[in-house]
Amino acid sequence: MRISLSWIRELVDVPANATGRDVAARLISAGLEVESVENVGEGLSGPIIVGRVHEIEELTDFKKPIRWCQVDIGGDEPSGIICGARNFVEGDLVVVAPPGTTLPGDFTITARKTYDHVSNGMICSERELGLGEDHAGIIVLAEGTAAPGDDAAAVLGVGDEILDIAITPDRGYALSARGIGREVAIAYQIAFDDPVDRPEELPAPAQDRAPNACASDDLASCPLFTLRTITDFDPSAPTPQWMVNRLRDSGMRSVSLAVDITNYVMLELGQPLHAFDLDSLQGTVRVDRAQPGEVLETIDHVERKLGNDDLTIRDDRGPIGLAGTMGGADTEISDTTTNIALEAAFFEASIVARMGRRHRLSSEASRRFERGIDRTLAPVASARATELLIKLGGGRYQGMTAVEAPMDTRVITMAASHPEAVAGMPIDAERVVSTLESVGCAVTSNIDAHGNQLSVEPPAWRPDLTDPADLVEEVVRLVGYENLPSTLPTAPAGHGRTWAQRVRRRVGAVLAARGMTEVLTYPFVSQTEHDALRWNDDDPRRDVPRLANPLSDEQPLLRGSLLPGLIAAAQRNVGRGTTDLSIFELGSIFRGSVSATESVRPGVHARPSDQEWDALQDLLPQQPMHIAALWTGAGEPRGWWGTGRTTQWTDAIEALLVIAESAGIDPDRITVEPGSDPGFHPGRQARVLVDGTRIGHAGEIHPGVLENAGLPARSCAMEADLDAITALGVDARPAPVFSTHPVAKEDIALVVSADVSADRVAASIRQGAGELLEDVTLFDVYEGDQVPDGHKSLAFALRFRAPDRTLEAEELAGVRVAIVEQCASDLGARLR
Amino acid sequence: MSGPNTNFDPKQVSALSAEAVDQMVAEAVAAIAAAGDLDELKAARLAHSGDRSPIALANREIGALPPAAKADAGKRVGQARAQVKKALEDREVVLIAERDEQVMRAEAVDVTLPANRRPLGGRHPLTTLMERMSDVFISMGYDIAEGPEAEAEWANFDALNVPPDHPARTMQDTFYVESPDSGVVLRTQTSPIQIRAMLDRELPIYVVAPGRVYRTDELDATHTPVFHQIEGLAVDEGLTMADLKGTLDHLATQMFGEGIVTRLRPSYFPFTEPSAEVDLECFVCEGASVGDPSRPCRTCGSEGWIEWGGCGMVNPRVLQAVGIDTEKYRGFAFGMGIERTLMFRNGVTDMRDMVEGDVRFTQAFGVDV
Ligand SMILES: [Zn+2]
Repeated sequence: MRISLSWIRELVDVPANATGRDVAARLISAGLEVESVENVGEGLSGPIIVGRVHEIEELTDFKKPIRWCQVDIGGDEPSGIICGARNFVEGDLVVVAPPGTTLPGDFTITARKTYDHVSNGMICSERELGLGEDHAGIIVLAEGTAAPGDDAAAVLGVGDEILDIAITPDRGYALSARGIGREVAIAYQIAFDDPVDRPEELPAPAQDRAPNACASDDLASCPLFTLRTITDFDPSAPTPQWMVNRLRDSGMRSVSLAVDITNYVMLELGQPLHAFDLDSLQGTVRVDRAQPGEVLETIDHVERKLGNDDLTIRDDRGPIGLAGTMGGADTEISDTTTNIALEAAFFEASIVARMGRRHRLSSEASRRFERGIDRTLAPVASARATELLIKLGGGRYQGMTAVEAPMDTRVITMAASHPEAVAGMPIDAERVVSTLESVGCAVTSNIDAHGNQLSVEPPAWRPDLTDPADLVEEVVRLVGYENLPSTLPTAPAGHGRTWAQRVRRRVGAVLAARGMTEVLTYPFVSQTEHDALRWNDDDPRRDVPRLANPLSDEQPLLRGSLLPGLIAAAQRNVGRGTTDLSIFELGSIFRGSVSATESVRPGVHARPSDQEWDALQDLLPQQPMHIAALWTGAGEPRGWWGTGRTTQWTDAIEALLVIAESAGIDPDRITVEPGSDPGFHPGRQARVLVDGTRIGHAGEIHPGVLENAGLPARSCAMEADLDAITALGVDARPAPVFSTHPVAKEDIALVVSADVSADRVAASIRQGAGELLEDVTLFDVYEGDQVPDGHKSLAFALRFRAPDRTLEAEELAGVRVAIVEQCASDLGARLR
Repeated sequence: MSGPNTNFDPKQVSALSAEAVDQMVAEAVAAIAAAGDLDELKAARLAHSGDRSPIALANREIGALPPAAKADAGKRVGQARAQVKKALEDREVVLIAERDEQVMRAEAVDVTLPANRRPLGGRHPLTTLMERMSDVFISMGYDIAEGPEAEAEWANFDALNVPPDHPARTMQDTFYVESPDSGVVLRTQTSPIQIRAMLDRELPIYVVAPGRVYRTDELDATHTPVFHQIEGLAVDEGLTMADLKGTLDHLATQMFGEGIVTRLRPSYFPFTEPSAEVDLECFVCEGASVGDPSRPCRTCGSEGWIEWGGCGMVNPRVLQAVGIDTEKYRGFAFGMGIERTLMFRNGVTDMRDMVEGDVRFTQAFGVDV
């Protein structure tokens, strides 16, 4: 809500020296979010003068049509001014900035030669003067507004201040000068003369035409509907400049007097109004649900398909408006309308909100109805608008028809001590009562054995006040949040991070310490990205939920893997010249779909039953925590020490092993075996298992994937299910048992067929060696001279140790023989 | 050389004369002192204390002396040998030290050569900032609560006192999963974790919930559809707004340092009543930029205050929806944006830097913010 300080001053006797910023500070402290305070015509200095256009000469020798105007600005001679706008005629009153005046944007007017004439000033638009956004043409003042030579700044309200206030959904009443005025009055603790209490100045109905009949066929959605009939209105009557200024300062454009009056009264009192062209109506104007299949063209010229959830204003032909939202094009008042039917009604907030959502339509009216308006306001506001129509447009009042359902009274019971208890600072009962009364509540106090119980009846314009908690907020905000003391509650002893939380934190820290960089990518993906990863059609990673309203139709799916996001991040980095990358992400992925129809909605007045809560959980897709990483280029950078080291498949597997070990998983529980992910190089990928459960995979990304993605060859990746790792991990690990007897070291080189995995050879070595073998490390893989074709030589460093003695040479020799025999019989290995 | 059993007057054995022995010692000491390195010292040792050195030869002569002379000669020669040995040892210490020094001088390197062969990586500053804030609460006895990102609409809205047609649902435009009627949304706030905490945990409850949330905003310098919040919830007997303020004051001090000023400003959230915005006094200009165009402040936009988050007393309707006795218990809750906090705390000016995954951004923060 934008409102000028002068309008506030008209309603409230604000101290004369208070600036817009002062008033804003008071309002902020009371809970209205004043986003800015602007000056009307900020940046304008020097005079601006009302002028009358005497003569227009059209200049046609230039690329665009230009006017050479003789403008009377009150001097002896008219000023010659060049003007590019065309929305005025000879005789119009305009606004002239003479030479020497500086316009916003630090643009000083000078008498200068342009288009072959010396232009002595500038004829201005709203925007050029910094008054508003309208730049469709220059300002044309209504006849009688001012005389040539008058100070145009005063006419246009220059120097006024505008408060731009963001209104929270609970404070619908503040979407009006009336509501803001009341808050200002409370903030300054001065009296507020509610404009609604002004005596009505409506003439008696002229009775030369019967007022149009009205009805509500849905009293639950529309418990109050009024229709006033005005005839003989002068459609050419201009809107007075003060009203134009106020509309402009509140962000609305002047359209025509009748429309301007409905908008003005809405801004003033908060009651949306709608003016119909009376002569276009057929029969009784009624409120009812739309029939399915009906269509309405609204005044924005959009055809709206209606359904039973739409509340419509109708006449004998069908819908003529969306209740509280937007009128229909057929019955809109035009610049020839002389007979007007003025609607003022109360529509229930939720039905208007629903219509707005369904039709993606928000209007000044619907914003107010959605937040809840004053249930009693309609006839008052429509009387005010009718007065203005008659006063400014010469109409004749023919009377009002109305329908109204009985109104519920709301009474909230609250202990007078409640605000103090919730706030944690002293607020006595007297203060509670006076504060509630200042916001318009009627308060009665009942002192009994239980203390002082207040019965509070909120005013009609505060539909948001329903619970004691709402009253507490009113009291505490007006006592002032700034007066709250600062105390600390005593929480019971806590538990620290959970195991899963510690694993996540530890894994992130370990990877970062190993030189990797964490990224956080968006979880939105497309099937195209899945295709790019060569996933099969039945790959479970494709089975993901879809968004009903994605930001981009390109990426409507939630991720079933972290890899697409990492590939996109890698592409971005590589595109920006960082080709050596090692990045990782820790985040949820989504699996399985969500049924579009099985919605479960427990109530909100009691705890949901276990069945209801379980049913809600069943709606949700699986969302395991994953960790993934991607490497491109050098893992160890090139430098003076050498050429660096390109990351390779082993780095990816190593990272996965490090993650598992960080979660307390012993290496001997981990198995690495060849993998078969279609997104990876078929011969350079591994699946990693813990106790036989798959936890992730790692390796070199498929060359085809890399080529299509424009990523460096040999880039590698890893992805693992961190929830699975957490579940398999061990928090408190047992201490190791180890021998202090001397170690014996032996190397052994075995020749095996090329297709025998190192892992299997190591397993046979272990089996052959028995208990004395402490450690086996592969230190060389060799193919070539002295090794037969189709074979390779694997060299292992072995460490032996006995728990209770020093090992003798003969014993070791025996073990060595046993190892060779085991490997020979298991794998056909022979000693090299 | 003399036979062992022949009697000689020691004075007649010239090699054992006091003069001769002194001469030997003097020559030996001179040679040792002249040794310029360990090799020369080795040669000097051989020449003056080796088996064939004059002193060694003289020593052998002692046996041939008559018993009366033996003791005297033996003493002389023994002293001489000790003198030479001492000279050798002293010289060796000096020469070893000289050699070592020379070797190390030769091994000296340019220590300014870059040493970053395995540079430290980085954790995302949003992650570390969330952990940092969580740590403050853990120290106060809070636990960390969690919940799913694809969340039941009931927990994200209904139970938080946002009925289906409430304007608050359009305030924060929501991603619906599969269809607007599926009952599943991408959570628009971390507040549904409050609902889970209250359904799952024993009273009293003190939890903090960091997490990722979603709204249908297009990405630009100040908006992102995917962002992070941290939510706090306390439900206990007798909690007050003053307790809420004290808790926020403590967090602010931990995050921004002693002397930071907070302000609670009335506001509206469906799930709290009374509700407030938490503002921080701008820690850059401390309000001096307000109304003074000559000293604009980028951190607070010359407003003097920075909006940090929202908070309030848990609306009793929310407690009711999870079956907590509102006569006995009250709660307070608060939430703040992590991106926003990072922006003004660490001077990030463009939201896109946080989401694009450019490693240069994250590496600048290292492993903590
Ligand atoms: Zn500042």
